[in-house]
Amino acid sequence: MQKFILEKKNNIAGVSALLIILGFTSEFGFHNESLAMWSLALASVLGVAPIAIQAYQALRVKVVSIDLLVTIAVAGAFVIRNFEESAIVTFLFLFGAFLEQRTLQKTRSAIKELTELAPESAWKQREDGTFGEVAIDEVTVGDILLVKTGAKVPVDGMVQSGEGYINEASITGEAVPVGKHKDSRVFAGTILENGTIQIIAERVGEDTTFGRIIELVEEAQDSKSETQRFIDKFSLYYTPFVLILSVVVWLIFRDMELAITILVLGCPGALVIGVPVSNVAGIGNGARHGVLLKGSEVIHDFSKVDTIVFDKTGTLTIGNPSVADTIYYTAEEEKTAAYLVSVEQESDHPLAKAIVEKLGEIGTYKIEKTDVARGGGIVALVDGHRIVVGNLALMEEEQIEISDQAHQDIARLEQQGNSLVLISVDGEMQALFGIRDQVRPNVKSHLQRLKELGVKHLVVLSGDNQGTVDVVARQLGLTEAYGHMLPEDKAAYIKRLQKEGRIIAFVGDGVNDSPSLALAQIGIAMGSGTDVAIETSDVVLMNSDFSRLPHAFGLTKAILANMRQNIAIAVGVVVVLLASVFLSEWMNMSIGMLVHEASILVVILNGMRLLRYRLPKER
Amino acid sequence: MQKATIQLETLTCPSCLLKIENATKNLQGVQKESVQVLFNSSKVTLNFDEEIINLEKIEQAIATLGYVVKKSQVKAL
Repeated sequence: MQKFILEKKNNIAGVSALLIILGFTSEFGFHNESLAMWSLALASVLGVAPIAIQAYQALRVKVVSIDLLVTIAVAGAFVIRNFEESAIVTFLFLFGAFLEQRTLQKTRSAIKELTELAPESAWKQREDGTFGEVAIDEVTVGDILLVKTGAKVPVDGMVQSGEGYINEASITGEAVPVGKHKDSRVFAGTILENGTIQIIAERVGEDTTFGRIIELVEEAQDSKSETQRFIDKFSLYYTPFVLILSVVVWLIFRDMELAITILVLGCPGALVIGVPVSNVAGIGNGARHGVLLKGSEVIHDFSKVDTIVFDKTGTLTIGNPSVADTIYYTAEEEKTAAYLVSVEQESDHPLAKAIVEKLGEIGTYKIEKTDVARGGGIVALVDGHRIVVGNLALMEEEQIEISDQAHQDIARLEQQGNSLVLISVDGEMQALFGIRDQVRPNVKSHLQRLKELGVKHLVVLSGDNQGTVDVVARQLGLTEAYGHMLPEDKAAYIKRLQKEGRIIAFVGDGVNDSPSLALAQIGIAMGSGTDVAIETSDVVLMNSDFSRLPHAFGLTKAILANMRQNIAIAVGVVVVLLASVFLSEWMNMSIGMLVHEASILVVILNGMRLLRYRLPKER
Repeated sequence: MQKATIQLETLTCPSCLLKIENATKNLQGVQKESVQVLFNSSKVTLNFDEEIINLEKIEQAIATLGYVVKKSQVKAL
């Protein structure tokens, strides 16, 4: 019976609305006082039933809830035969709860969308080799699974056979499909856009990258900040306090009307709901835009950051060096290029790769002998020629003569921030390559946005030589730049800044910078959903998209502002209501309840604005 | 010990949390410190001793408070 009433709460609200209309029309339209009284009384009794049940259940587990305040208030109204007020108050309370549920669902929608991407079933290979559909829980590590076109990849795994294109937006935020073939890694929650593949399950359920992202976001949305914990504590004592206050007022003034009005006005609704609503909507906005914020402490700290320290390679730059300049000192360019590629093809040094990528696989010469000069380059015997490929130091070591022109070129390229590769054939220098790691597109304007949003210091730390770092810093308008930094140097630097009282965010790729990520107040990983990035950082920028950084920073500021607004609205409303009970004539229970429910909705709607938050257009 | 994750219908009032928390904490066999009621994700997570209490009893305790249990998951710890 109790359960039935609670389940039909919304219907009850509807019926009592009709009864209230009936009551008022019969009173004012037909002056039928007794019908009016009966229908309003019935509306009150119906309406108060679910509220009273909730109040009783709360009491049984020793909680003084809002429901109890309302129930007592309605009972009091009955005693003084004010059926109008009791009917309206119960209706408003029920209707308010209904609206709150609807709007709250909206604020949580962004995160719900994310969790709904989780795969639910998989085609698993049976013992006889055929495939059958099973629930995702039945898949274990080592199972062979079939993924068909249009289906979600159910687990993290390795492709066994077949080929296809997969949309990995749910993991990386990048919507361009990625080709997959045998031995490619695939991730749960991504979608096979075409082709058919068979995969072997390596990680299932919550252990998958996607499972971890969901868990992280779900935890984040319910993580509580200091403010929230304080409010929770406060409201625990606040509700009984209101109850006692109204009893005291009743004992002193012997005014039932006043006492029950205080009960209704004192409800703490908007206060307790305001902060979590901002939190969930804000984190939801982030999740939609490829920014994972790990909880409300993170939001709070991030919004206060005044110094952002960047790793260079892979963060400010793409992390994939490419040839920016090529200068030949010979007429036989093609031959030199072919020698060079023949040698470099054998190496997996990033600079060698960049050269091969630039020149194409044109080398057909057989390598007769190679010697790797550590930290310098390669000396090789190709087609009977002695080829030296490497940096200036290696050339000098090999006593290769370098012309004045070449010296000038070398100086110029170095100043532009290039790493240099020289090539000589039979002791004669023939070509010079300037190789640069490209700065990510638009990084400069994103950094500018960060400054506009209030970050004072933008620092780059890098293991590269100071020249290269300086060039990047100048190009991007960074405030400080330091080269020759090992990971432990970076951590020490951050520690020093923190001693100066700065609040620091460190942005890195999450692989070799974990000490700095952990040390900074806010560690931001630019990870394409890599495990390390997810584990060690406070904020993850999906798909290594630098443009999300200003969004993330602006968002945390907006969330914090939104929380403050909500607290202000809630406290303001209660203060105004309580003051007006004593200071004005017009205040009564119904108006109080109306204002009260309205304030809860205002707070939720205000929080919902965060779902649509975007960085204001560039100035 | 087993860990239960119980998904409820959308929770709307923060005072509901307290109710659910107190109700489940007071059940025999439920590890008091493990009880967590999550407002935004509308979930309850707790550890319980399967020799003293079962999941149905816990779900029932929540249901009698008037909250609809949508689905639950149990994992051995």
